[in-house]
Amino acid sequence: MAIAAGHTGAPVVEHLLPTGALRRRYLVERLVRLSLLITASLTVLITLLIAASLIPPAIEFFGEVPLREFFGSTTWAPLFGTPQFGVWPIVLGTAMVMVTAVLVSVPLGLAAAFYLSEYASPRTRKFLKPILEVLAGIPTVVFGFFGLYFINPELVKRFWPFGEPGTYSALGAGLVVGVMIIPIVASVSEDAMSAVPSALRDGAFALGATRREVCTGVIFPAALSGIIAAIVLAVSRAIGETTIALMVAGSNPRFTFNPGEGMQTMASFIGFAGIGDQPTGSTGYKTIFAVGLLLFAITFVLNMISIRVVRRFREVYE
Amino acid sequence: MTTVEAVASGDELPTELASTVSASRRAKDRSFQAVLAFALLVAFGTLVTLIVTTLLDGWDRLNWDLIRNFPSARPAKAGIQSAIFGSLWVVGFTALVSLPLGLGTAIYLEEFAHSEQWYNRVIEINIQNLAGVPSVVFGILGLAFVVRGPLGWGFTVGSAIVVLTMLVLPLVIIASREAIRAVPSSLRDGSLALGATQWQTVWRQILPAAIPGIATGSILSVSRALGESAPLLLLGALAFVTYNPSSLADGYTVLPLLIFKYASDAKAEFHAVAAAAIIVLLAILLTLNSAAIVIRNRFQRKG
Repeated sequence: MAIAAGHTGAPVVEHLLPTGALRRRYLVERLVRLSLLITASLTVLITLLIAASLIPPAIEFFGEVPLREFFGSTTWAPLFGTPQFGVWPIVLGTAMVMVTAVLVSVPLGLAAAFYLSEYASPRTRKFLKPILEVLAGIPTVVFGFFGLYFINPELVKRFWPFGEPGTYSALGAGLVVGVMIIPIVASVSEDAMSAVPSALRDGAFALGATRREVCTGVIFPAALSGIIAAIVLAVSRAIGETTIALMVAGSNPRFTFNPGEGMQTMASFIGFAGIGDQPTGSTGYKTIFAVGLLLFAITFVLNMISIRVVRRFREVYE
Repeated sequence: MTTVEAVASGDELPTELASTVSASRRAKDRSFQAVLAFALLVAFGTLVTLIVTTLLDGWDRLNWDLIRNFPSARPAKAGIQSAIFGSLWVVGFTALVSLPLGLGTAIYLEEFAHSEQWYNRVIEINIQNLAGVPSVVFGILGLAFVVRGPLGWGFTVGSAIVVLTMLVLPLVIIASREAIRAVPSSLRDGSLALGATQWQTVWRQILPAAIPGIATGSILSVSRALGESAPLLLLGALAFVTYNPSSLADGYTVLPLLIFKYASDAKAEFHAVAAAAIIVLLAILLTLNSAAIVIRNRFQRKG
């Protein structure tokens, strides 16, 4: 009979253990392994708690508010005296901020990634990477302040030709969210680009390609999965952004396609409703959870897609 | 230089090779580089503009009174002391709780878990998902179960700690895992070969070697918690708080939310206070992140 080693966690034939000290050591090992497993399972508990906090009130909400009104009406006024629950204004608001943010962050982030991975000297890289890290570390409320008191008045209000931009605009919020997201796009894309085998790069150069041709013809297609993952992450982050949307796009759930106007997003509605103390059990209170569930579901799906995409294409090179 | 190096560096090519790269291709190469440089300029310029405008707005209100005073209805007397202590309490305890839990999870996943087993894969995917959940959803969870509901702690420091811990935990786990992974496997293998058990190896060899990485990751997670605003909106941190917390059951406010409050105030004089508070917040974060970078650089050279 073999004495299986304690460190694989396989069962040990206890009566063959020579000393009490070894037996104690074995118990300690099992105990440690168990407590670490319990610790790790806490994260699963968190996800279950999120689901448990969102789903029951959302179900109650849809018992009180017909789906036809939720998905059929374009007036969102759930906290008013005579409430209306058409969700499209805040979904559209979220989409407008997100699209603007992606239009800003993806080109700029990819440019940063290309530059870092293909063009920059080690000295420039040492200068550029900390700047991206600084950008990534700035709190959202600081971006919100910048958007509200610089981007909106100086840029949007002055230069946006459609309508009459006021204090708030989805465009300003989108621009600022976009800048905030640049480091995410840049770092995920740059990881993908660095992972491209240098054989592909060198082969292209050997065949006489210019650096641009290598970037667009070799690196970009090869790193495409990582770049897509970066874009999906950017979309997900932009959709979930609360503070900037609240400060820069405002709290008026307007249903409009003009980004120069203020709008409310799903996340900023949740923040807004959370500030005003909604009585527990009221329909207004439950609206927070219904919108929260919608938001969580959308970002969950996006994150799963991003994880899958990276995993599927990573196999190509390994 | 070889042909490959010449083409790759984008320099002028030796004349006998000039015809291999047509003028139009070279022009496209140059313009692409210009586009990249322009894009980077825009990004960098926005960051600089942000910093400069904030400094211009807040510089006049930046004095010791700002930190000594509590929030007030009068802009000239308004300060941020309650927010600084509130942040200290909330973030301090969050770090105290989340670091051991996160580190323990990371140790389990890296050293003890076999990735073929289904529950370990569930744990891993779950952590990746949690890292992508919008922060406001954690606020909803806190509102439902901690502020109201089963725990019923209300708008207190304790509620904030629970919620922020859940939010920061995935980040601590991911950072600690990378730190543990960076420890050379020769250390692990050698220890095991000498007869140490797994836990002995982890506790006496791997953890000490991974401490710089863990410290860096922890500092970055803490600074993330310091800057959080969205979930705390739902946890009552936007209140007008004129005292420092003295227990976990006290009301509180945190710096990002006090900034939000001042910035949203109808009176324009408060906006300068908000800008000054932003400068203080950024200074704190800059100090923390620099500490993290210093730790990372100092110990990377040894490794």
